[in-house]
Amino acid sequence: MATKRTRAKRSVATDEQPSLDPLLASREMILVAGSGGVGKTTVAAALGLAAVQRQPGRVLVLTVDPARRLATALGLEALGNAPHPIPNEALEAAGLEPRGELHVAMLDTKAGWDELIRRHAPDAATRRAVLANPLYENITSRFVHSHDYLAMEQLHDLHATGEYDLVIVDTPPSRNALAILDAPGRMADFFGSRLLRWLTVPYRSRLFTFASKPFYQVADRILGSRFLQDVADFFVLFQQMEAGFVKRANEVEALLVDPRTAFVVVSTLEAAPAHEARFLAESLLERKMTVGAIVANRVLPPHLASPLASEAAHDLAERTGRDADGAIAADVAAATGDDPDVVDRVLHQMATRFDDLAMVAAREADRRTELAALAATTVTVPWLSGDIHDLRGLGRLACHLRGVADQADSS
Amino acid sequence: MTNLFDLDLLFVTGKGGVGKTTVAAALAEVAARRGQRVLVCEMDAKGALATAFEVTELAFETTEVAPNLHAMSMSTEDSLREYLRLYVKIPFVGRLGVLASTFDFVADAAPGVKEILAVGKLCWEVKERNYDLVVVDAEASGHVVSQIGAPRVIADLVQVGLVREQTQWMLDILEDPMRTGVVVTTTPEEMPVTESIELLQRLTGETGTHPAAVVANRVLPAMFDRAEQKVARHVRHAVPVLVDAVGPGAVAVVEAASIIESRRSIGAEHLDRLRAVVSELDPPMSARGRSSPVPIITVPELFSRAHGRRVVTLVADSLDEEIS
Repeated sequence: MATKRTRAKRSVATDEQPSLDPLLASREMILVAGSGGVGKTTVAAALGLAAVQRQPGRVLVLTVDPARRLATALGLEALGNAPHPIPNEALEAAGLEPRGELHVAMLDTKAGWDELIRRHAPDAATRRAVLANPLYENITSRFVHSHDYLAMEQLHDLHATGEYDLVIVDTPPSRNALAILDAPGRMADFFGSRLLRWLTVPYRSRLFTFASKPFYQVADRILGSRFLQDVADFFVLFQQMEAGFVKRANEVEALLVDPRTAFVVVSTLEAAPAHEARFLAESLLERKMTVGAIVANRVLPPHLASPLASEAAHDLAERTGRDADGAIAADVAAATGDDPDVVDRVLHQMATRFDDLAMVAAREADRRTELAALAATTVTVPWLSGDIHDLRGLGRLACHLRGVADQADSS
Repeated sequence: MTNLFDLDLLFVTGKGGVGKTTVAAALAEVAARRGQRVLVCEMDAKGALATAFEVTELAFETTEVAPNLHAMSMSTEDSLREYLRLYVKIPFVGRLGVLASTFDFVADAAPGVKEILAVGKLCWEVKERNYDLVVVDAEASGHVVSQIGAPRVIADLVQVGLVREQTQWMLDILEDPMRTGVVVTTTPEEMPVTESIELLQRLTGETGTHPAAVVANRVLPAMFDRAEQKVARHVRHAVPVLVDAVGPGAVAVVEAASIIESRRSIGAEHLDRLRAVVSELDPPMSARGRSSPVPIITVPELFSRAHGRRVVTLVADSLDEEIS
C-alpha cells in the first residue's frame, strides 16, 4: 500500500493523470481494438462502467467473447445476447455510483447473419431458400471475416436506434486485427467480384463460358460441377440481396471514419501484442480513423526498473544467503516473529529473483514510450492482482481508465 | 514418457499470443537435434516463423534453417500449382498465375478449399516420406478446427471431382493417432487455458485428429515452498526494517516478489483446471493399441531479453529436457 501512495504522489507532481473521460464524453461510438489476450473485453466493459460513473446517459457495451465469469458478472449468461441493462442496484452493491444506465449485449454471429438475410431478402421464398441452403452456415462463418463485419453491422444498427448515447464495441479476436477495418470494403468487393458474376450467370450460358475458359474446366474438374452448382445456387440467392448489402457496407464504412467514432487500442507491453498494437494504431491513422487513446494494460509498476531498487536488491542478495552474517534476516525475523533461517531464505530469493522482473519492467517501459507516441492519450493500467471477473474488479479498472483515485485501494 | 517425435505430423496451435510459433519452431529444432529430418511450416504467412529463425523470408520452397531443419511458409496458390502439376497434368502450367489468382476467388468462397490445399500439401509430404517429421505452425485455436477438419468438410460437401477423391488418403493420415497429433499450446492465463480446454474437448469429435500434447508455456517457477510463502507474506509488513537496511529500493524488491508470486499462483490455478480436463480425455485407440495419455509439457518463463533464434533455442532446450 505504501508503494501505491508514493507512486500516485509522484505522478501528480509531474502532470495530471491521463484520463479517458474526455473521450467518453465526446464520442458516440468507441471501438476497442488490439491483439488477442490483452484484455480487450474487460477494458470495453470497464469503459462502459467509467462512462456511466462519469455522466448521465445510456451506454451500451457490445461484447464478443467474454470469459465466462465476466459474462456472468455482466448478466450475459442469465439474460442472453440481446441488449439488457445492468441494474443500478447491482452496480451500487459493488461499491459503484452510476449516474447513467449501463447496458450490455453479446454479439451472436449466427443470429446476426440470419437477421441480415431477413432484412435484405426481397421476399419470403428467397429468405427461406438462403437459410435452408447447406452452404449458408459454412460460408457465412468462414468468408470475408464475417465476425468482424457483423460487429460493425451491429454497431451501426445499435447506434442508429438512437437509444444509446454511447456504444462501445469489443472488436472480435481476429487473426489480423486490421481485418476489421477492411471488412465492410471486402463485403462490397465480394459482390462486385468476377467469381460472383460468373457463378451467378444462368447455368446454360455458363456452359458456353465453360468451354471457352480453361480455368473453369480445371475448376470443374477439381471441385466437381455438382459442388460448383451448389455454390452457384447459393450465390444466385445471395445476389438478390446485393444492393442492400452493399449500401449497408458503405454506411458501415462511413461510420468508421465518422468524427463521432474513436478507436481505443488496448495492449499489454509484451513484445508481440505491443508490436501488433503499434501496427494497428499506425494503420488506423493511415486510414484517417481516430485513435482516441491507447490503453497499456497489465503494466508492471515502473519503479521496479529504477536503479534504486536494483541497488537494494543487490545489496540484499549479498547480505542474505549462506555466506552472509544473517543480521538483516534476524532484524526482519524479530519484526515478523518467524524463524530467522526461513526469513533469510525468503529474503535471498526475493533479492535474487528481482532482476528477472526488473528486466521485464524495463522492457515494458520502453514499449510504453513507443506506443504513447501514437495517440494523444495513453492510459496505463497497472497489473491488478488477479483476473477481473466481477463488477468490483471492473470498477477498479474503470478508475484507472479515468485516471481517478482507486476507491478500493484507498479503503 | 511421450512419443511426440514418433509421430509424422504435428499441428501446433493455441490462442494468439501464447507463443505458438516459438513452440512449433522449438519442437522442430529438438527433433532435428535428435537426428530427424524435419519440415516446419508456417500456415498464416505472417512471417513469425521467419522471425523465429531469423531469416529474412520463408517461401513455399523450403529453406534449410539448421542442419536437418527445413522451413517453409504455406501459399495456397503454390500448393494449387503443385497439386495441378502432380494430379491434373494440364498442359498450360506456364499460364497458371492467372488461373491460380482466379482460383483464389473460388477458394475464398468455397468452404474448405483453401484449407485442404494447405493441409493437403503437408499430408503429401508425410505420404511421400520426404521428412521424418512435419511440424505445422497452424492456425490459432479458434480457427484450427476448420483448418484440420477441412478434408472432412470437403468429403461431406463435395460429391464428385478430384478434390473428393483426394480427401480419403488425407483423412487416413490425419485421423491416425500414431501418425498425426495436435499440440495445444497455452500460457497459464484464463483465456488461453479456457480456449485450450474447449479445443481439446471438441478436437477429435470435429476433426478426427487427436491431441498429442499440451505445452504450458511461460510458466513461472515457484519462488517459495509452503512455509516460505507464509513468511514472504509477513515480510511485506516488515518493509520498513528492510528499507533501513538496504535503502528505499527495498519497497520495490518486496513488491516484485509479491507480483511474481501472485501471478504464479493464479497461473497454477488455471493449469490445474487444464490438468483436470486433460486427465479425463480418452487416450486415442489405434490399430497398434492404446497410446499413452496426453502429456502436459511445461516450458518456464524465460525472463530473457532475447528475441528470435535465441528464444527458440532456449525453449527447445527446455522441451528437450521435458520430452524423453
